Amino acid sequence: MTKPDNTQPVIGLEIHVELATETKMFCRCANRFGDPPNTHTCPVCIGMPGSLPVMNKKAVEYSMKVGMALNCTVPEFTKWDRKSYYYPDLPKNYQISQYDLPLTIDGHLDIPLTGGQTKRIGITRAHLEEDAGKNVHDFPAHTGVDLNRAGVPLLEIVTEPHLRSVEEVMSFARAMHRLVRWLGVSQANMEMGQMRFEPNISLWVGDPEKVFDESAGYFTPIFEVKNLNSFRSLERTCQWVIDYHQARIAEKGRGWSLADVGKQNWGFRDDLNACEFQRGKEEAHDYRYFPEPDLAPVVVDDAWRERIAKQIGELPIARKARYLDKYKISEKEADALTLDSPTGDLLDAAVAAGAEAKRCVNLMLGKGASIANERGCRIAEIRITPEQLAELAKMLAGGKVNATAADKIFAKMVETGDTPGKIAEAEGLLAIFDAGKIGEWVDQAIAKNPQAVEDVRAGGKKQKKAFGFLTGQVMQLSGGAATPAQVQKLLHEKLGG
Amino acid sequence: MSDILNLSALGLRDAIAAGEVSAAEATRDYLDAIEAMDKKVCAYNEIFAERAMGRAEEIDKKRSAGKTLGALAGVPVAVKDNICTSFGRTSCSSKILENFHAPYDATVAGKLESAGAIILGKTNMDEFAMGSSTENSAFNATRNPWDTSHVPGGSSGGSAAAVAARMCAAAVGSDTGGSIRQPAAFCGVVGLKPTYGRVSRYGLVAFGSSLDQIGPLARDVADSALLLGAIAGHDTHDSTSIDRPVPEYLASLDKPVEKLRVGLVKEFHSESLDDEIRAAVDKAVKIYRDAGAEIIEVSLPHSRVDTDEGGQLSSYAVACYYLVATAEASSNLARYDGVHYGHRTADKVGDIIELYSRSRAEGFGDEVKRRIMLGTYALSSGYYDAYYLKALKVRRLIKNDFDKAFENCDVLLCPVAPETAFKIGEKTADPLTMYLSDIYTISVNLAGIPGVSIPAGLSESGLPLAVQLLGNVFAEETLLRAARMYEMASGITRLTPEIVKEN
Amino acid sequence: MTEKKIDRKLIRHIALLARIEMTDEQAETLGRQFAGIVAYMDKLGELDTDGVEPMAHALDVRNVLAEDTPGRSLPVEQAMANAPARDGGFYKVPKVIGDSQ
Repeated sequence: MTKPDNTQPVIGLEIHVELATETKMFCRCANRFGDPPNTHTCPVCIGMPGSLPVMNKKAVEYSMKVGMALNCTVPEFTKWDRKSYYYPDLPKNYQISQYDLPLTIDGHLDIPLTGGQTKRIGITRAHLEEDAGKNVHDFPAHTGVDLNRAGVPLLEIVTEPHLRSVEEVMSFARAMHRLVRWLGVSQANMEMGQMRFEPNISLWVGDPEKVFDESAGYFTPIFEVKNLNSFRSLERTCQWVIDYHQARIAEKGRGWSLADVGKQNWGFRDDLNACEFQRGKEEAHDYRYFPEPDLAPVVVDDAWRERIAKQIGELPIARKARYLDKYKISEKEADALTLDSPTGDLLDAAVAAGAEAKRCVNLMLGKGASIANERGCRIAEIRITPEQLAELAKMLAGGKVNATAADKIFAKMVETGDTPGKIAEAEGLLAIFDAGKIGEWVDQAIAKNPQAVEDVRAGGKKQKKAFGFLTGQVMQLSGGAATPAQVQKLLHEKLGG
Repeated sequence: MSDILNLSALGLRDAIAAGEVSAAEATRDYLDAIEAMDKKVCAYNEIFAERAMGRAEEIDKKRSAGKTLGALAGVPVAVKDNICTSFGRTSCSSKILENFHAPYDATVAGKLESAGAIILGKTNMDEFAMGSSTENSAFNATRNPWDTSHVPGGSSGGSAAAVAARMCAAAVGSDTGGSIRQPAAFCGVVGLKPTYGRVSRYGLVAFGSSLDQIGPLARDVADSALLLGAIAGHDTHDSTSIDRPVPEYLASLDKPVEKLRVGLVKEFHSESLDDEIRAAVDKAVKIYRDAGAEIIEVSLPHSRVDTDEGGQLSSYAVACYYLVATAEASSNLARYDGVHYGHRTADKVGDIIELYSRSRAEGFGDEVKRRIMLGTYALSSGYYDAYYLKALKVRRLIKNDFDKAFENCDVLLCPVAPETAFKIGEKTADPLTMYLSDIYTISVNLAGIPGVSIPAGLSESGLPLAVQLLGNVFAEETLLRAARMYEMASGITRLTPEIVKEN
Repeated sequence: MTEKKIDRKLIRHIALLARIEMTDEQAETLGRQFAGIVAYMDKLGELDTDGVEPMAHALDVRNVLAEDTPGRSLPVEQAMANAPARDGGFYKVPKVIGDSQ
C-alpha cells in the first residue's frame, strides 16, 4: 500500500464572474445588486410563458475580452445550450449556458509564486451563461425567492487541474480577481457574490512526479465545493478538504479512491468553518444539455476579434514590469498602481503630459490613495484628470508649491475640479518668491523667539534644532506659502551661521 | 345569419372604411353569433365582449374623425389561447395555466390590435398545442361545425372552428407540426403556416421552439394574405425572427404565377391515401395543368410514408418530428412548476421536489405528460445520441430533400391529412395513431418552409376536403398567388356549414 | 440502436427527471405506450446519417445581439400577480438549501 504521506493535492478551479453590464444577459432589466426583491424582473427573466431571450452584446464582448486576456482562442463558431435542472431560483428550470462550443477555449494564466517564480496554469474554457436568482433563507419555515439576479450575465472560467497547493490556488484566485477588475468587466465584489469559486479537489496518492500516470498512483475521490464567495472560504475549504482526504486515506487506505467512491459535492459552512457532504455520484444530475432553439449561434470573425483585442491593452504583469523599468519606482508602488487599469492609465497620461513620473506617483499614492481609501473607491475614481495631476506635479518640480500646499491643492482639486494653478492662487498657496515679504516674516519670528535666536547664534549642539524651529515659525506665518529653501536662505543671511 | 358575418375579413374591412358598416355593429354581430353558436361548437375559452365593443367604438370614432385606419380596422378576430394577451387569461387550454394572466402582449397580439383588429376572445386548443383534434383541451372538446360529432382537428381547432362557424372574421393559430393546416383542412378554411421566422414568436407559449410558427386561419386566400401582412415582420424580441421586408401580399395576389412549376410529391401520393383526398389532389393537378402550369413529379425520400404489415402508416419524418418536438417541449414546459405562476398543488408537501412533481402531475393532462416524458427520455444521458441527435441529423436530410425539390419547382402539391375529420373519441386511445394525423404536415415544420391548406370541396359525407401547397423559405407571396389560382379556378371558397345557415 | 428496456424503473427515473408524480398504474400504462412509441422512433436507425450536420435551427441565423441599454422592468405587483404563494416581495417555496449552480 502506498504510504499516506506520499500525496499530492491536484486541484482545478471553476470561477464564476458576474459581468458588470448595464442589463441582464437575455433581457434589458437592470443588472443591479441590493435593491428590494423582484424589482428588476420582466417576463423574460421570470421565465414567463411566451417570453424569449435576446443576448446582450456587451456581455459577449466582455467574455471575449477575459478569454483573450487569458490567452484563450476565440473560436469562429459558438452556440447556446440549455442545461436542465429544477431549482426555485432558476425560473425556467433550465439555464441558458454553453456546453460543447464555448466562447473561448484553451488558454493560460501565469501566476506569481513566492520567491519571484511564476507558474503557468491552463485554462480549459471560459463560457457565458445566465446567473440564477437568489434563494433567501431568512424565513423560519420556508425559502423566499428573489429573481433580481436571475439572468445576470455570468462568465464561468474553468482551469485545468494544474493547481498543486493551497498557495497556488490562492495566487490563481487573486490573479483572476485582479484581471477581471483590470479589464473592467466586473466589480468582482465577492461579498455581493460577483465572483464565486468552485474548487475540485483530489489528492494523488503516489509518485507526485507522475500525477495521472495510473501505474504510479491513484486519486482520492474528487470533492467539488460550490459557491465560495471569499478568499478566506476558498483557502479554508482547500485546506479542509486536503486534511480530510489525508485522514480518510489513513483510515481506509486504497478504499478511499476516485474509482471506488466517485465524485462528491460538498458545501462550505461558514458558521462551522468546515465542509459538509451534499451529494454523491449516484445522485448526480442529468443536465440533458441540448442546443438552445431560441438563440442564434455567435460567429466571431477576425475584425471582431481584433477590435476586442485592441480594447484589452496592456495587462497588469506587463505594466508592472514597465513601471519598474521606466518609472524607477519601488515594487510596492508598482503593485499599488497596477491593481486596476484606470489608475495606471491616469499615471501614464499625466506622464505623457510632461510630468515627472515619481512626483505623480507620490501624489497618487499619498493624498490620492488616502482620499480613495476614505471613499472606498479606486484612485482613478476620485475624479482628477491627468492634466490636473500633471500640472500639480510640474508645480512641485518647479518649486511653485511645496509638498504641504500640494496636498491641500490636491484635496481641493478633487472637491472642485478646478486646475491646481487656479486653486493655488485663490487659496494663497503659491510659493512666495518675494524676499521682502518673507523678510518681514523672518523678522517677526526673530523678534518673537529670542531664545532660539540666541541658540542659533551660539552655535553648538542646539543650533540645528533652533534653526529648524525658526524655519517652522516663518513657514507658519507664511501660511505655508513660502518655500523652506527661501526661508532658510534669509534666516542664514540675518542670523549668520 | 347577418350579412356582416357573410363578408370576408377584407370585405368587412373595406365596408367599415367606407362607412357602410360600423366596427361596433360588426363586433356586436359576431358576439351575438358566438352567443348563439358556441354552446354547440365550443371554439372559445374566453370572450372579451366588453373590451371588444370598446375597441370597436374607438375604431368608429377614429374613422369619423377622419384618421388613418389600420389594415384590419374593425375586423373581429379570434386568437388561439397560447398567444399571450395582457388582458384576460392565456391558458393554453391547460389546468396548469388555467388562471394565468400574462402581464404582456405577444408581438402578434399587439400587431393585430395596432392594425385595428378587434380581438373577440381566445380559442380552445389541444393543451399546449399537443394534439391533432382539440380533444386534449383541459376544458372542452371543440366540435367540428360541419358535423359536431367530429373533431375540428388540432391543435388550433378552436380557431379553425370559429372561422368556419362565422364566429370571427378570421383567426390566428400556431403550427408546430400541422396545427394550423390540419384543423383548417378539417373545418374547410384556409390555414397558412408561414416560414419559420416570418412571424414573431414573442408571446407565443412555446411547444417546440424550433418548429412553432404563428399564422392565419381565414375564409379565403385573400384574407390569409391580409392577415399575414399584418402579423409578419422582424421583431427584436425574437432572436429567430428574420429581418427582411414584408411583401405586399394582397397587392400581387390576383396575378397568376407565370410558368408556374408545381411539384407533385410522389411519396405523399401513395395508395394508403383516402380515395376522396387522393381525388382532390388529382383534381388540383388538373386545375393547375389547365392553368398552364407545369406539373413535375418530385421526391421527398425522407418524408416518405410507408404502410407496414399491420396496415399502419409510418414515416421517418414523424419519428424525427416527435423526437425534436418533445425534446424541446420537455424543456419548454419545465417552467410550469407552481413556483412563480400557474397551478400549485393545494396538498401539503414535504419538500420542493414533491411540490414540483405533484403540481405538475395535477396540472398537466395525459398527452402533455407523455410528450414531456418522451422528450426527457430522448435527451437523457445514454439516449441523446441515439434519439435526439439522430433526429437532428434526419431533420437535415428532410430539409435537403426540400431544397432539392425547390430547385425545379415553385410550389409543391400534396394532401394535408390522410383523412377527413374523424369522430370525437376515435383516436384518443392510441397516441401513435393520433400522431399520424400529421404525417403530411410535419416535414414542413422540420424544414422551416411555409405551407398552406386550401379547401377542396366536400366529401360524400359532407366533411371538408383540402389540399396543401408548400413553398420555399420566404416564398409566401408565390405560395399565396398559387393558392389563389386554385381558389379562382376551382370556385371553392368561403364554404359555409349548415350549422351557420340554420343560425 | 441502443440497448434499452422500457421498464418501470426507467419510467420512474424519467418521471423524476421530468418532475411528474405518477401512480404505479399510470407508470404501467405509460410504460406500455412508451414502448410502442419508442419502437416507432427506432425506425430512424435505418437511415445512414454518418457525416450529416445536425440541424437544431430551422434557419441559419447568426449573431442576433442587443445593445446593453436598459429597458423597462415590470412593477413588482405586476411581476408577481400570478405567484401562487408569496412572502412580501419574495416567491414562497418550501425550504431549500443554498442557491443553485
